[in-house]
Amino acid sequence: MSDPMRIRAVMLGDQVDVKILMSHVMETGQRKDAEGVVVPAHYIVKVTAQCNGRTVLSADWGASVAKNPYLSFRFKGAAKGDKLTVTWTDTLAGTRTDEATIS
Amino acid sequence: MTQSRRVFLHLAGSAGLSALALVAGLLPRWARAVDSRQAFEATAIPAALKALGLSDPKESAEIVFKAPDIAENGAVVPVEIESKLPHTRALAILVEKNPHVLSAEFALPDGTEPFVATRIKVAESSLIHAVVTTDAGVFYTTKLVKVTLGGCGG
Amino acid sequence: MTRRARALAGALGALCGLGLTTLQAAPSTEDAIAEYHAMFGDENPAELWQIRGEALWHEKRGPRHVDMSGCDLGLGAGVIAGAYAQLPRWFEDTQQVQDLETRLVTCMTTLQGLSREEVLKIKFGDGEKKSELEALTAYVVTAAKGAEIRLPMQHPAERAAYALGQGVFYYRAGPHDFACATCHGETGKRIRLQTLPKLTEPAGAQNAYTHWPAYRVSQGELRTMEWRLQDCFRQQRLPQLKFGSEVAIGLTMFLAKTAEGGVMAAPSIKR
Repeated sequence: MSDPMRIRAVMLGDQVDVKILMSHVMETGQRKDAEGVVVPAHYIVKVTAQCNGRTVLSADWGASVAKNPYLSFRFKGAAKGDKLTVTWTDTLAGTRTDEATIS
Repeated sequence: MTQSRRVFLHLAGSAGLSALALVAGLLPRWARAVDSRQAFEATAIPAALKALGLSDPKESAEIVFKAPDIAENGAVVPVEIESKLPHTRALAILVEKNPHVLSAEFALPDGTEPFVATRIKVAESSLIHAVVTTDAGVFYTTKLVKVTLGGCGG
Repeated sequence: MTRRARALAGALGALCGLGLTTLQAAPSTEDAIAEYHAMFGDENPAELWQIRGEALWHEKRGPRHVDMSGCDLGLGAGVIAGAYAQLPRWFEDTQQVQDLETRLVTCMTTLQGLSREEVLKIKFGDGEKKSELEALTAYVVTAAKGAEIRLPMQHPAERAAYALGQGVFYYRAGPHDFACATCHGETGKRIRLQTLPKLTEPAGAQNAYTHWPAYRVSQGELRTMEWRLQDCFRQQRLPQLKFGSEVAIGLTMFLAKTAEGGVMAAPSIKR
């Protein structure tokens, strides 16, 4: 069970300013551990964000997004109290969905 | 013509200027039959752009690309892209010297600002390209990020 | 990291212990690194540890099925705010001078009934191997943000811990004949692009101590003071510093006392 994302969604004028910290190893599959064994690839490949029934962001990621990823974006058409839902999926079919209320 | 533009165009030019590619560059990301995952396998910029269905990229001063001049550690490099170009549909980050050049790609539906901030891994000092897809075509800007090895061997 | 970069790192790692330069980093380089740090803003992955630590603190755990609200970190049972800024200190119940991490171990074992082996199994996390101790440390340290470091050292054992730490700080050992003071005992020293703070005076000690624990970008992990000291020993090629040992706590006491008056800003982001 992965750690929850820390999602901040705040109204800035008529825009929702979103800042997310995700907990993920983002292992490239090219690193070797202390014993010299290759650590298998394990990274987020897809991130989607939904608000009020529509997709507000869709991202495809490779292994070179940094460990414990940070993501920030902004969108219009939502208000304080609305819910923002963010989902990630990774190379091992792991997935995580977290929600935040826009403040 | 700046050195980076010369290099980028030289690399990207081989993607060709066929009518199909031109039309493909104008369709919304989700309407094009492109294989994003294929693009993430690319080890060079032209192949990545081709896999993303992007062609004929033009350098643009309307893309604000923030990245540090020097990254204390290449494991985490903050980057920010803001496109001032109208009808921006997608943003992509490509790192020339990374084993796989495409780092991330963002599709922006209507209502979403043409802005994204994230943190990427940069294997060694490298040119990084912020590529913007708009209704009018493909545009890019480039920044050199130097990666250092700090401290006492990490 | 590319093979070439790794080879370079190895070569430089071998050399770095032998040739410390007294050159200041060029102003533009320092500015560039400051810009790198500034781009992180307030978005520190350490928050992920803090959130996990908060959940662990309030979770009823162990055979005794209790949370950590009975844990005394020096300011009374369950008082977290500012506690880190007054550690290490003497504790009557254990008859020891303890730092935060060993105190958390005490609470987890005596209050919750968890075994020492369990609690210490993963002291420092690595990717998916997560450390509860680290998470709890992050939570407690965050609660000391803005607090002034104060170590009255009224108990003789606290003064003895300080003296031990000070002695070890200057003690040269190992194949390179290094002491902590070798790198951290003078102004104007640096290793590659990192300026080495002079830890024997308030300004330098405050600069360092108020910013640990930190999210270590090069590791992708939150790292604590116990980790930091252990890693210093590793870099000096000294034998491994034991977790929670008198030396570890003594060094922490010496650094914290020298940093007295400084305002806690941890967790920070570091290379």
